Amino acid sequence: MSHRYLLRRLGQAVPAVAAIFLLTFLLIHLAPGDPVVALGGEHGDAAYYAMIRVKFGLDRPLHERLIVYAARVIRGDLGTSFVHGRPVSGIIAERLPATLLLMLTALCLSTLVGCGLGTVAARCAHRPADFFLRSVALLGHAAPPFWLAQVAILGLAVGTGLFPVQGMTDARRNSVGLAHAADVARHLALPALVLAASELALTIRLVRSAMIEALGTDYVRTARAKGLPEMQVTDHALRNALLPVVTLIGGRVGMLCAGAVLVEAVFAWPGVGQLLLASLLSRDFPVLLGIFLLVSVSVVFANLLTDLAYGWLDPRIRYE
Amino acid sequence: MSGWLGFGITGALLAVALLAGRIAPVDPFASVALPLRPPSGAHPMGTDDLGRDLLAGVVYGARTSLFVALMVTGLACLVGVTVGAMAGWRGGIVDDVLMRFTELVQVVPRFFLAVIVIALLGAGLDRLVLLLGLTSWPLIARVVRAEVLSVKTREFVEAARSLGASGARVLTHEVLPGVLPSTIVVASVNAGAVILLEAALSFLGLGDPGAMSWGYLANNAQRFLRVAWWMALFPGGAIALAVLGFSLTGDALNDWLRVTSDRSSDVA
Repeated sequence: MSHRYLLRRLGQAVPAVAAIFLLTFLLIHLAPGDPVVALGGEHGDAAYYAMIRVKFGLDRPLHERLIVYAARVIRGDLGTSFVHGRPVSGIIAERLPATLLLMLTALCLSTLVGCGLGTVAARCAHRPADFFLRSVALLGHAAPPFWLAQVAILGLAVGTGLFPVQGMTDARRNSVGLAHAADVARHLALPALVLAASELALTIRLVRSAMIEALGTDYVRTARAKGLPEMQVTDHALRNALLPVVTLIGGRVGMLCAGAVLVEAVFAWPGVGQLLLASLLSRDFPVLLGIFLLVSVSVVFANLLTDLAYGWLDPRIRYE
Repeated sequence: MSGWLGFGITGALLAVALLAGRIAPVDPFASVALPLRPPSGAHPMGTDDLGRDLLAGVVYGARTSLFVALMVTGLACLVGVTVGAMAGWRGGIVDDVLMRFTELVQVVPRFFLAVIVIALLGAGLDRLVLLLGLTSWPLIARVVRAEVLSVKTREFVEAARSLGASGARVLTHEVLPGVLPSTIVVASVNAGAVILLEAALSFLGLGDPGAMSWGYLANNAQRFLRVAWWMALFPGGAIALAVLGFSLTGDALNDWLRVTSDRSSDVA
């Protein structure tokens, strides 16, 4: 991959990030009411409001404010939560590991299982196994994550006690080391499965159609003709069929984050989603805007990484 | 076969939404029975914690859900077809500018933007429709642009031009009708996504408090999961069924109208 490609693609991400800054900025300033109240809460006194007015540059014209705002965000200063009284970036950073653990586990599950099941569906195309897998995929895609979560709790946690209903650790026992990891894993299983479900559905559909196409190509016929075992032929085809899956992952980061919020809400998973819910109830705008900024910028970078990975995986793709 | 199932589900849903007042036995907000009663003859889906009939809630929820889905998709089609047709028809710098703008809008996570805006402005169906409509058009614009690019070089367009038809007339009478099938396909897929989004937002308590919705019912069920499974099962199941209906319809239309659509990039 050429450096020019890298630079050009990076250059494309800049306007997207700039647009997101602008949008967040406008959301603060064009909302009804005084932005000072939005940033500082409704119960501050005159001196506190004056301090915020100066700190956030609200006494200056709009275009200067935008520059002040952008400079602050670039330095990682997302403002101060008026519920917690601490910097927003710190509050989000505390919650991030739990959410990342959930999202990455779900992403790995959906990609690995999706590729496996998609291949099975393609190999038995138009047979009962394929029909069954496609139906499951359709349902997984149609069902809202919070419903899957509720059904999973009803079916696998409340009745049977196989899995814990809520939380990240057992509140009755304080474990350390391996026991702690096992405890978290037990709590992680259901939320990760539920979050993986809708991604899994899309991955199965995509891998299936890409595999059916790949299995019909000349190089697969050649591989079969020279007597390669079916396992190896499938492996050949799968490598090429996997390319679109990379795009799927990059393009779905926004949906995955939204799904994580809902799954966290049902399972009381202590991540950014729970923080978003709590901030919604307390109208903690700096935190809400911080989370919005984080998700938006992640989406831009996920798309960027996807494109770069795509160019790296498939040398035929060159940026003009 | 699955196509007919899709049309059946979507059609039934439309009928339920239109005839909600006749189908629902009672007012969805009225307390009509003992609270937390399991499904029975009188209340086929049971009652909630305030003794409200769940069937009435689900029936009126269909009305809210479909209203939002249709309005948002209509708005998205209006913007998407306009932008896509302009970009594809004019080409050059207009195309470049419009497509860069489309990419920017496509990157914005719809769900999180809606959360912020509703938190700032307060809940309401009007702003929900505006917000989702104004952020859901990029995929439609891209599909329409691609179709216009391919249709505008065809012979019948050339013929219309050589007969002396104006550019605007050729676009609206010759090109756009050819774009219609793929627009319908993307629109029906989008409608399913909007139903999920609306449900997710009302699940977080951001729905219109004056309108019964499936997400609100599902959220209400959350506190009673251990005692009232029916409160969780039926509203969420209705959402899944509705989305299934729209995506089966989209798939069937896609096969029948033989169009290609870029489905891999439905960013939140």
